[in-house]
Amino acid sequence: MSTTHLGMPAVRDDSRDTGLPTHSPAGQGNLRGATSFPKAAQAKLADTQLRRNLGKATGIIRGKRAGVVGELDDWEELRLAGSAIKADVMARLPELLEQLEANVTARGGHVHWARDADEANRIVADLVRATGADEVVKVKSMATQETGLNEALAEQGIAAWETDLAELIVQLGHDAPSHILVPAIHRNRSEIREIFLREMPNVDPALSDEPRELAMAARAHLRRKFLTAKVAVSGANFAVADTGTLSVVESEGNGRMCLTLPDTLITLMGVEKLVPTFSDLEVFLQLLPRSSTGERMNPYTSTWTGVTPGDGPQEFHLVLLDNGRSAVLADEDGRSALHCIRCSACLNVCPVYERVGGHAYGSVYPGPIGAVLSPMLTGISGPDDPNASLPYASSLCGACFDACPVRIDIPNLLVQQRAASVESHPRPTAQDLALKAAAVAMSSPGRFTAAEKGLALGRLVAGRKGRISSLPWPMSHWTDSRDVPAPPAETARQWWARTGGHEDGNDDGQGGRS
Amino acid sequence: MATCLGDAMFPQAVKATVKLLRRLGHEVVFPEGQTCCGQMHVNTGYLREAVPLVRHHVDVFEPVAHGEWDAVVAPSGSCTGCVRHQHAMVARRAGDDALAERAEAVAGRTYELSELLVDVLGVTDVGAYYPHRVTYHPTCHSLRMLRVADKPLQLLREVRGLELVELPDAEVCCGFGGTFAVKNGETSTAMLADKMRNVLDTRAEVCTAGDSSCLMHIGGGLGRLRTGVRTVHLAEILASTEATQTPAAAGSPGGVRDEPAETQQ
Repeated sequence: MSTTHLGMPAVRDDSRDTGLPTHSPAGQGNLRGATSFPKAAQAKLADTQLRRNLGKATGIIRGKRAGVVGELDDWEELRLAGSAIKADVMARLPELLEQLEANVTARGGHVHWARDADEANRIVADLVRATGADEVVKVKSMATQETGLNEALAEQGIAAWETDLAELIVQLGHDAPSHILVPAIHRNRSEIREIFLREMPNVDPALSDEPRELAMAARAHLRRKFLTAKVAVSGANFAVADTGTLSVVESEGNGRMCLTLPDTLITLMGVEKLVPTFSDLEVFLQLLPRSSTGERMNPYTSTWTGVTPGDGPQEFHLVLLDNGRSAVLADEDGRSALHCIRCSACLNVCPVYERVGGHAYGSVYPGPIGAVLSPMLTGISGPDDPNASLPYASSLCGACFDACPVRIDIPNLLVQQRAASVESHPRPTAQDLALKAAAVAMSSPGRFTAAEKGLALGRLVAGRKGRISSLPWPMSHWTDSRDVPAPPAETARQWWARTGGHEDGNDDGQGGRS
Repeated sequence: MATCLGDAMFPQAVKATVKLLRRLGHEVVFPEGQTCCGQMHVNTGYLREAVPLVRHHVDVFEPVAHGEWDAVVAPSGSCTGCVRHQHAMVARRAGDDALAERAEAVAGRTYELSELLVDVLGVTDVGAYYPHRVTYHPTCHSLRMLRVADKPLQLLREVRGLELVELPDAEVCCGFGGTFAVKNGETSTAMLADKMRNVLDTRAEVCTAGDSSCLMHIGGGLGRLRTGVRTVHLAEILASTEATQTPAAAGSPGGVRDEPAETQQ
């Protein structure tokens, strides 16, 4: 493990400085759920409406993505370029962050450093209060979801209005986002209509579930907010170190309203969102929309650099968030998880995500990348930590790696985090003992052959049916829905020892079917 | 490389591999010291515990790196994938670079069956005969770890009498995933349900694949529901010839099977 440190030049607090990068502290933000994945998934699997909504929506996005990715003959080169740029960023993150800070400051912006979620929320709340405002409009942002900013602002008497349509649906529904890009993917249009009728002030009671009507209702609702809000809070898709430019890509234009209309703009951004140069955006602005919404280009790409007198917000604050990222960066095998550009392509292709949805993961980062990023940001405290179960929320099918626009080897990271999960156990669990015993048995042919004698028991259980339909826990998790074939009368090694690999009379001409 | 699952539970796939390669004129050796590649341990996060398994595997199969044998073949995409993509990583993580290098030398000559046939031996028509309606499930590790692409299909297309039916959503995981099928049994079952629906939609009588493990999963579901579809390893189909007894008599684990297991020898 390397000892790369971010360095936080604007924050000096010796009492907290242990010299080691820290994970996102417990009790902060939204990176930890309350229940283990298998338990949370159980309830979601039984929700037939959710299953239908997710199956339909992910299917559509998968198709769109495949179409626009397939039309580029340099897609693999773009992925390699994206991966290389991000690897470069991680290799010299402290230097690039200081460059970003210098350029944002030189263009009239203010840069703040937040070590964790609470610190980030405090900084933002103080900045809002300093303007005298008691409400903010928000651009869809994963970083503020991660820190739980809306709840923190509410505690300070500041109302935060989500302006992204899907995020608005989640907020009005007193719900939690279940997808990185499409936070209300678990809702269909009939459910959205019901939420609007119930929660939206001055809504037309004759509102139908036609997407256009729903969008019009949201527009009327949001316009009032855009025209009155003095402060906006956003996240960022990219920050360019060599110019100090920030960028948000979006579909609806609501983000553009937030980024341009209010007097003050506060952007909360994870430190990994950097790219070194403006021209690097060329790569990512091709990779991101095709991977996320399945579009060649997203409708709105906003970029801003510091403050421009007489045009747009006249006060700009950039809050740089660590919240465990330094700990991920320090893990040489795992730091590629920070390459993630939050496109959500891995969610849309994941057969596990498609069936259980985002809430089962507990964290605001669900799906394959969330299953590694969440435990990496928080650390795993032991076998009872809900995040310890996240790396196992995958069949390791590898569809996520193929879809990832920056080629994060998510299956390998899942295996690495499983190891982190296993190695967090203070005392061996039942599974630990079973797997350790199996490793001993399987590392010697003599012991392995002896263990295979137990197969006779399986034949006994299978009986004349030739199949086993019920086994004790934990194998009952298998036989609940699947039979196990009766073990063969003769193992392959016994067959080889007996025949030297030449079929005997019974087998002759049976095509290898024993 | 028989694989532990092939040795203990599905020797028919191992025997078929031997029979097929011999029919094609090759000498087959079964190193009797072999046990398990350690995939279950690696993929469940027991990377330290997997080190002795990796070392044992390398000890047993190292003659291939010295030219004593030409190739190591396994009738499994995931075991081959573990050898090729994980063994060296496991050794390096444990600080054993020497073992990692030895593992890489063995891995460089280790092939999944369809790779060996198509890439190494340059054959797609293996002289097989299998008069059945068959659909093929590309297993995840053969597809996305080894990138075998359509090699198994190239082989199946040349099998006389075989009616190949395309499996809808073929590239979606069946939900096996090793210990995933137990640790997340319900999600695994939800994935299996969709895989079975697609298999049944093909009206095939046989679902084949290159991994006994995935077939055990798919077949375990198909058998539980008495669907009348059986699972047969790709090696068994490729080993079949006109002289082969029809599979109705031979049966295969996982599918519907009315005879007592004792007749399955």
